[in-house]
Amino acid sequence: MRDNEVITLAHGAGGRASAQLIDNIFVEAFGAQDEAALQDSAVLDLPTLTAFGNRLAFTTDSFVVSPLIFPGGDIGKLAVCGTVNDLAVSGAVPMYLSAGFILEEGLPISVLRTAVQTMAKTAREAQVRIITGDTKVVAKGQVDQLFINTSGVGVIPAQININSTLADGGDVVLVNGFIGDHGAAVMLARQELGLEASMASDCAPLNGLIADLLQHCPDIRVMRDATRGGVGTVLHEIAHASNVTISLDEKSLPIRPQTQAICDLLGMDPLFFANEGLAVFLVPKSQADKALAVLRDNQYGRHACQIGQVVKTEQSLLYINTNFNSKRMIELPYGIQLPRIC
Amino acid sequence: MTNSFSELTFNTRAFRNPDIVTSLVKQINQLADGVAESLGRPVQIMEVCGGHTHAIFHSGIDQLLNENIEFIHGPGCPVCVLPAQAIDKATWVAQQADTILATFGDVLRVPGAKGSLQQIQAQGADIRILYSPLDVTQLAFDNPTKKIVFFAIGFDTTMPSIALTIQSAKQQHIQNLKFLCYHIRLMPTLTTLLDTGEAELDGFIGPGHVSIVLGSECYQPIAAKYHKPLVIAGFEPIDVLQALHMLLLQLSQQRCEIENAYSRVVSKQGNVLVQQTMNEVFKNSELNWRGLGNVANSVGSLQPEYAQFDGSLVAPQSSPCECDDSKYCADVLIGKRKPNQCPLFGRSCTPESPLGALMVSSEGACAAYYKYKQIPFNESQPEYSEDA
Repeated sequence: MRDNEVITLAHGAGGRASAQLIDNIFVEAFGAQDEAALQDSAVLDLPTLTAFGNRLAFTTDSFVVSPLIFPGGDIGKLAVCGTVNDLAVSGAVPMYLSAGFILEEGLPISVLRTAVQTMAKTAREAQVRIITGDTKVVAKGQVDQLFINTSGVGVIPAQININSTLADGGDVVLVNGFIGDHGAAVMLARQELGLEASMASDCAPLNGLIADLLQHCPDIRVMRDATRGGVGTVLHEIAHASNVTISLDEKSLPIRPQTQAICDLLGMDPLFFANEGLAVFLVPKSQADKALAVLRDNQYGRHACQIGQVVKTEQSLLYINTNFNSKRMIELPYGIQLPRIC
Repeated sequence: MTNSFSELTFNTRAFRNPDIVTSLVKQINQLADGVAESLGRPVQIMEVCGGHTHAIFHSGIDQLLNENIEFIHGPGCPVCVLPAQAIDKATWVAQQADTILATFGDVLRVPGAKGSLQQIQAQGADIRILYSPLDVTQLAFDNPTKKIVFFAIGFDTTMPSIALTIQSAKQQHIQNLKFLCYHIRLMPTLTTLLDTGEAELDGFIGPGHVSIVLGSECYQPIAAKYHKPLVIAGFEPIDVLQALHMLLLQLSQQRCEIENAYSRVVSKQGNVLVQQTMNEVFKNSELNWRGLGNVANSVGSLQPEYAQFDGSLVAPQSSPCECDDSKYCADVLIGKRKPNQCPLFGRSCTPESPLGALMVSSEGACAAYYKYKQIPFNESQPEYSEDA
């Protein structure tokens, strides 16, 4: 199968072309699996799972980002990181992924190969295995090039209990890096605005960083992956779920000048820009320094910092202390911030 | 054309410096106390532009000023003053076969009699959001078999780029493009507002972007005829505070002048070249606007020379008064009532299900109140010490 070929409806028909596609693209990238992988289901060995913990975490996510390749990542990397991070912030050790591909007729094979290869590379980094998958081809115009769905299974160790309802008075709010990088990078990559800036997505698998954190600070109760709705949406959900008031400190927010400039120009708020390698952690105050040190020790947490605190219980509220000692409510935005961001 | 941020570097930090903010706030509060004492009531300042309303709430300036200063929110939100018929007309156009309606994002959620453009879009109408009006010529080139209609709205700020786009379309002999214009000009809006005399006002924070086009001199009648001082302001916290300081200084010294606190971009004469372009392209007439009623020198059609691009006749004419606009919207638009004094505010009218454009637009006063002023912070004291 040559890279100058394109996907045709035959590749999705289950015949010889389908088999070639699976062999040449998927099996080649995801590596030689045992025979079970090419059957109708992947079969998971229970003792292998229970060695890690006593509960399963199971999640799914679909990826429709446009453009397919952007500074800092592509749809393949995103498809693995998105699901790995969803599992990791649930306190789980990510183990296995499935991958479903919806291909548009006419898609260059080279584009698919690149995406699949970055998926494989990212999966190796995250130490997860892609063990089952599916491919469908639809007629031109019925999807835009390539959509990917991944589902993932992870195992939660017995002592770990992560839940958005468990934020408590005094907890500090930490993030592991700059806010809004992915949203800003994808927006610039689309070149619809005629703006240029050096900006890369933060897309990264965070399970290693989170494992380090849980090992050193096992009392962490709330972790969230701040993807599509950004840090603002996640904190809103935590404030609501735990019925607490969270205050943020405007001058502590790690926002790159490029991201802030784009937001100022378009009337948007970086707190609601998407991230793909950024998590929000609520940590008991006594463990804040230790947690920050652990985060900063990891390549994906160099710019970790404290951005706020739970200041009150029994009232669900999210606000920001401005640089001028005034307070501003942070309300969820209405309508679309940016479509097809992930 | 692309702009790199290195070329556009503007030191926003200098205009958000907390020390300067604190110092200005202190001086403003002192001045306000004096002026309020002589008036026997709080000073009433109208910020004309919806962008200023949001800038004030976003930085929380209103919380720093004392009770002797009251902001009255003005009509300077182009989407908010749009009559419902304008939305209905755009909706009708978008529903025609082989038609693409292009417009600005702010208009999409404004409710019309038959729903919003967003609802029509979900049902299959081809509606495109543009950031720059000039992009519409490319859209027309890329879709030669479609009719492209640009739903053009806005004050004097957006009118120049639309006028230039129309000129450009003519030079390029584009055949499949029309403009459905609903433009309102700022000066006639202000004089209409002052003529109604509904709001008690002591002075204006003048709009920033409009003034780049019009220049500061055009406001002289506001001081000369209506005896109201006006200071043009930018949109950073220190811009707004400086303008407020200059305004209060005028009031305390019983001066009544047009001053410019945004001189880094606003000149006396404005952009004369685009003023000429606008006059060449747009035809002035009286149009009916939400809250304001008839406003002179509005633009709903083009000069005969540009008739081929005039979209005003493509949609059927609707009778002007079948709209059921809330009277409360009108009151808020002219500063007679604050958003939270509307009985519908936050109850049947919310950003999720807006009854009027004021609750939708990024410049709308009701949207600003809903976003920033729902919770009285003085009733919400922290229980845990903030150590940040």
